[in-house]
Amino acid sequence: MEPTLSWDLASDARELFRYQFMAHAFEAGTIVAVLAGVVGWYMVLRRQTFAGHTVAVMSFPGAAFAALVGIPAALGYYLACGVAALAIWRSGGERRRGRGGESAAIGVVQVAGMALGFLFLSLYGGVLEDLETLLFGTFLGIDSTQVLTLLLVALFALGALALVGRPLLLASLDPEGARARGVPVSALDVGFLLLLGLTVAATAQITGALLVFALLVAPPAAAQAITARPALGLVLSVAFALLVIWLGLAFAYFSIYPLGFFVTSFGFGLYVIVTLARGLGARPPALLGGEGRRHAPKSKPTPAAVG
Amino acid sequence: MLAHEFVRNALLAGTFVALACGVVGWFTVLRGQVFAGDALSHVAFVGAIAAAVVGIDERVGLFALTLCSAAVMAGLGRRARADDVTIGVVFSWVLGLGVLLIALLSTSSAGGEGLIVANTLFGSIFALASGQAQVAAAIGAGVLLAAVAIARPLLFASLDAEVAALHGVPVGWLGLALLGLIGAVTAEGTQAIGALLVLGLIAAPAGAALRLTPRPYLGMALSGAIAVAARWGGVALSYAIPSLPPGTAIVGLAVGAYALASLVSVLPVSSRQKGASDVALPSTIAP
Repeated sequence: MEPTLSWDLASDARELFRYQFMAHAFEAGTIVAVLAGVVGWYMVLRRQTFAGHTVAVMSFPGAAFAALVGIPAALGYYLACGVAALAIWRSGGERRRGRGGESAAIGVVQVAGMALGFLFLSLYGGVLEDLETLLFGTFLGIDSTQVLTLLLVALFALGALALVGRPLLLASLDPEGARARGVPVSALDVGFLLLLGLTVAATAQITGALLVFALLVAPPAAAQAITARPALGLVLSVAFALLVIWLGLAFAYFSIYPLGFFVTSFGFGLYVIVTLARGLGARPPALLGGEGRRHAPKSKPTPAAVG
Repeated sequence: MLAHEFVRNALLAGTFVALACGVVGWFTVLRGQVFAGDALSHVAFVGAIAAAVVGIDERVGLFALTLCSAAVMAGLGRRARADDVTIGVVFSWVLGLGVLLIALLSTSSAGGEGLIVANTLFGSIFALASGQAQVAAAIGAGVLLAAVAIARPLLFASLDAEVAALHGVPVGWLGLALLGLIGAVTAEGTQAIGALLVLGLIAAPAGAALRLTPRPYLGMALSGAIAVAARWGGVALSYAIPSLPPGTAIVGLAVGAYALASLVSVLPVSSRQKGASDVALPSTIAP
């Protein structure tokens, strides 16, 4: 029976959870939204959006490699994302050379990964199953094992982040100052990239590789446009991500259109509304650098002149 | 090898597109806008699908959407340099629209959508017809000429936007023009090499050139030369080794050039230890 929407919200909600797969989709979506909201907040703060995207598209070579050697696709994702995170970190010495070097290095890592993906695919000799799902995600067919895996990954990532949250914040905002205070900035750099790889690999299983930003960038960017306070920002970011994924799942369930369209549209809409509202309200966040996030420098917040 | 028409087409289209990618890429890397180029190359494929839904020529949709997105990104950024968060949000939304269009396409007509997706995302240079190859070559040459024409003021604006603006250089317009050129070159490159790999010819040769020389015009020429060499070498390699996809071979060579250049430029004794941040204005440019 086709699901139909009525004005009775309670019955709509019952209808939404009538099937087991929808319950799994909501569980997985919730886990991923919390993880992406938190890790994405740091990613946006550190201006590593391009790195995040590069890690995300590594799910293609990951899946191709998994098909070639015959391991589960999810394992291929995690492997490829981890390798890409290390490669980006390895070329991260460029950062001191200015933006140009870093953006070129990340781009080169990305295309090298894609080229390898095509090679694996050609060696495999077949067609990747579910290519569209890989790129654009699905909420169908998530089973309880996947939910459990996602939960474990999320718990691990959030636990790690809870341990290093404060020093990471310091290292992100002011690397020089943090280094002077004995914060292990380079270790945090590589650690965060690995965490980002883990998060992206997990998120991509719901949203698809190309649409992870609907959860990883839009909600955190909206949160940072509203408040500069880290704790409040993190909470807002998670709340926005949950809103986007829940609404997206509900709309996708009741309509014939794909989940990817709804999550990206809600993410985009949220970002636009918040940005416009902030423009009108003209109350720039003070703590994380007065000019606000929108016009902040591309690579990272400029290290303030430290003592 | 050259006896085959499809190889000749691949080389004809490839040479000009690669040259344009190399030169436009040099500015892209210098300004740290590789992410914008990447985003535009993904957007290109949505344009192709949109065209298929509306029922017009794939290429029209590809160029229209890519150029529009370039304009939007320029408009949202300060001095036409879009913020990476803005790029991320905008382009993931455009891709989301692409998903919707794929769904529309698959409900409206019987299948066939997979073919289009495969063609645009994973496009093959050996599939170019000779008419397409000539158009691709013409567009590549046009972009190249345009890039050379604005090279001087663009270089000035890229290296020192404030001073350039004081001297009356239209910094914002030049940024928009560059994004437009990136859009055009990615739209064309999408057909010639595939949306997921075109970035290879934009980022890698330019990154290599910027590591080898801080001199702007030499760098641009070097970048174009590396791109063309990767292109020819890649086509030859994949012709010789059938299981090696042409895109992989081309990008592999370009990435190899970048890795080699990185190795050379980190040698401590080298006087070439200058990177992108060290590019200096030639005295002939400053007014």
